[in-house]
Amino acid sequence: MADALLETRQLRKRFGGLIATDDVTVEILPGEIHAVIGPNGAGKTTLVAQLAGEMRPDSGEILFGGEDITRLSAADRVSRGLARSFQITTLFAEFSALDNVALAVQRAAGHSFRFWRAARREAVLREPAEALLAGLGLAERRHVAAGNLSHSEKRTLEIAMVLATKPRLVLFDEPLAGMGPDDSKRMVQTLLGLKGQVTILLIEHDMDAVFALADRLTVLVYGRAIATGTPQALRANEAVRRAYLGDEAE
Amino acid sequence: MIAVAEQVLNGVQFGLTLFLMAAGLTLIFGVMNLVNLAHGSLYMIGAFIAAATFNASHSFIVAIAAALLGTAAVGIAIEVVVFRALYRRDHLDQVLATFGLILFFNETVRMIWGATALYAQVPEFLSGQIQILPGVPYPTYRLVIIAVGLVVALFLYLLVMRTRIGMLIRAGASDRTMVAALGVNITLLYTLVFGLGAALAALSGALAGPVFTVESGMGDDLLILAFVVIVIGGIGSIRGAFIAAVLVGVVDTVGRAFLRPLFALFMSGFAADNAGPATASMLIYILMAAVLFFRPEGLFPRARR
Amino acid sequence: MKSSSTRLIVATVTLGALALLPPISLFLGQDFYIDLFTRVMIFAIAAVSLDLILGFGGLVSFGHAAYLGIGSYAVGILAYYHVDNGFVQFGAAVIAAALIALFIGWVSLRTSGIYFIMITLAFGQMIYFLGESVNQFGGDNGLNIERHSRFADFLNLDRPTVLYYFVFAWLALCLGFGWRLVESRFGMVIRGAKSNETRMLALGFRVFRYRLVAFVISGAMAGVAGALLANLTLFLSPSIMHWTRSGEIMMMVILGGIGTLVGPVIGAIVYLVLENVLSGLTEHWQAILGPFLVLVVVFSKTGLLGAAGEWRAKFPHG
Repeated sequence: MADALLETRQLRKRFGGLIATDDVTVEILPGEIHAVIGPNGAGKTTLVAQLAGEMRPDSGEILFGGEDITRLSAADRVSRGLARSFQITTLFAEFSALDNVALAVQRAAGHSFRFWRAARREAVLREPAEALLAGLGLAERRHVAAGNLSHSEKRTLEIAMVLATKPRLVLFDEPLAGMGPDDSKRMVQTLLGLKGQVTILLIEHDMDAVFALADRLTVLVYGRAIATGTPQALRANEAVRRAYLGDEAE
Repeated sequence: MIAVAEQVLNGVQFGLTLFLMAAGLTLIFGVMNLVNLAHGSLYMIGAFIAAATFNASHSFIVAIAAALLGTAAVGIAIEVVVFRALYRRDHLDQVLATFGLILFFNETVRMIWGATALYAQVPEFLSGQIQILPGVPYPTYRLVIIAVGLVVALFLYLLVMRTRIGMLIRAGASDRTMVAALGVNITLLYTLVFGLGAALAALSGALAGPVFTVESGMGDDLLILAFVVIVIGGIGSIRGAFIAAVLVGVVDTVGRAFLRPLFALFMSGFAADNAGPATASMLIYILMAAVLFFRPEGLFPRARR
Repeated sequence: MKSSSTRLIVATVTLGALALLPPISLFLGQDFYIDLFTRVMIFAIAAVSLDLILGFGGLVSFGHAAYLGIGSYAVGILAYYHVDNGFVQFGAAVIAAALIALFIGWVSLRTSGIYFIMITLAFGQMIYFLGESVNQFGGDNGLNIERHSRFADFLNLDRPTVLYYFVFAWLALCLGFGWRLVESRFGMVIRGAKSNETRMLALGFRVFRYRLVAFVISGAMAGVAGALLANLTLFLSPSIMHWTRSGEIMMMVILGGIGTLVGPVIGAIVYLVLENVLSGLTEHWQAILGPFLVLVVVFSKTGLLGAAGEWRAKFPHG
């Protein structure tokens, strides 16, 4: 489809004898929330790593907005609008939540070879940062050191930072990981709230969340994309059912 | 031609002296993830004990033994008192603490033996020269240093390749949990490895005494070179340390001997007198910079954990 | 605990005390202190320059004394060739130090962790050996400098008090500049890279470039300190570039408080005064200072870089 924002063409990646990504061709449409699901070891994280630019595929192509980004570094992909949110939350622990987001805004605001004005007093950095935090419900916590936030607050801060780079598409690797039921519901609402602002590709095990969020799913088994479609369509799909037989735990 | 051969051999001898230092340093770093600036002090203590003992006893064997034991004792003492508090710390903390140790040892040595150099002579039975090739005499003592260096290199090779400790070293086992999981007493292991490193430094110092000057601070400049060797060779690699040490030793020695005359061939005497030694002293670091440019982790880096 | 306002107060008090020292000293008839504290302030500048990259950037550069030396040698060499103009001398000192820092930083910053420490140590030593081997400028024995730098007729650096306030002005300038720098966008990048380099890279920052610039700024500032030192001692010696000197500067930063900018000033005061006092008591003062340093390091519970981090966690705006 010419409309796809992000697509892969026959992506392959192996680690020695293990085939992690097996001839994967998927398309992510602009504006959608697209989930990648599959049993453990299916190669979901490897796929995201290749999309983000942390890993080079052995063969195949990745196109973003029609442009071939297969050889592009992660940093360059971020400048093109393809950002990644980390599974292991990695923030600037000693800095406040506001400082964290402001840094991300600073990156989007051009070069940082400015040596005199205090960054914390620059409205052009502070205001977008505060707006992002407020939009995600973290306004009251903005002066708390990031290391002192709760787990779900950290994940939300993480999302704020990613959004600060004004991405067109965000890759989420298990955003609900390690969250209790209340936090999970909140995170789902947060992600739903992003619809329209960004296109989302997410990996997730929590099936309730997946069905609440996703417009379309791709099912990955042993590195192969065995089916793509709406949640309803895939529920009825034979191959998908077979793949999940015995894998109720997810 | 003979002059060149002689300088190359001197370079090899210097390189092997360096190797003994660097091997200990890289071992300690590889197993315990500890950077020890005071390693040069252990070299110095070895040299002092050896020289002092030899002057008193006139027995070379006794002198070497005293140096090894004495320095190992000092090494183990500081391992227990200082290093055990530092294993889990930042490298910066280790650097600063061991820097404090250097100040302490340098001054202590001055307190005991005075500020002037200690007289250290080549023992009778090792003085003189051997004809390594017809018409090419070379000091026996220096050959002994080379021989000892090679023997130690062989010993370390066998240690690293054939024993359990060696396995831990090769695995880059600075992970205490993993080491414990292998059923090894970590505390004892660390102490032993440190003792081994100290003994190597002491041996190097004891042998080098008669060749270089035995004075306070003698180990510190050598320590920097040992660092250069490790950086070039790759931290944690004994093989890398060996190759890099010989390389550094030869380049440095040959450079110092021949750069000025070489420059004098196409430069005025005055210019050569300044540019020669200046370039010679920088040669090693330029070499290091060049290696790092292409391989920031040295020639034989460990696989990253 | 050094929050932003605490540091401001400490800085004001310290600078105020330093400003008042000469009149008090003269009043007490002890002008030796003017000399001592000129030296203290010079090393304070060097320590502040190191804190910029060490405390805020997390870059453990162990060869910083080299830049001090380069600054000194720039002044000394120009003086040797009868160029006494202070502007030219100081300009040369800054440019020379900056260029060397550029080269060393460019090679060293590609490495990290222990490699970085060792490499900066090695390069620092290389500069030292360079100084030792160039016989033209004294080599091992050092070189006398005939005259102080000349800036303007009213600035007669021959007079100790004038030199003192000249150095004081530079210290205040460097502190002020450093302060602005660490709070600027540039400073945020450097601090962010220290906090979480991976994240900075993931955000798209070209960390290497920013660090290199910080490295150069730091070296240039140390070069200024070197130029001032040459004016104080009127003597050039490669020994100021020996790596143990780098260790001393680092000690000053640590003693005073890493990552605070004003801490290194205090550290310089403490260290050099202590050295002065101890060496008056015994010639073996290093045997006392050494273990003292070991104790300081061992007993700061989370380690010195960690301690600074802890302060930050409690005072995110500090």
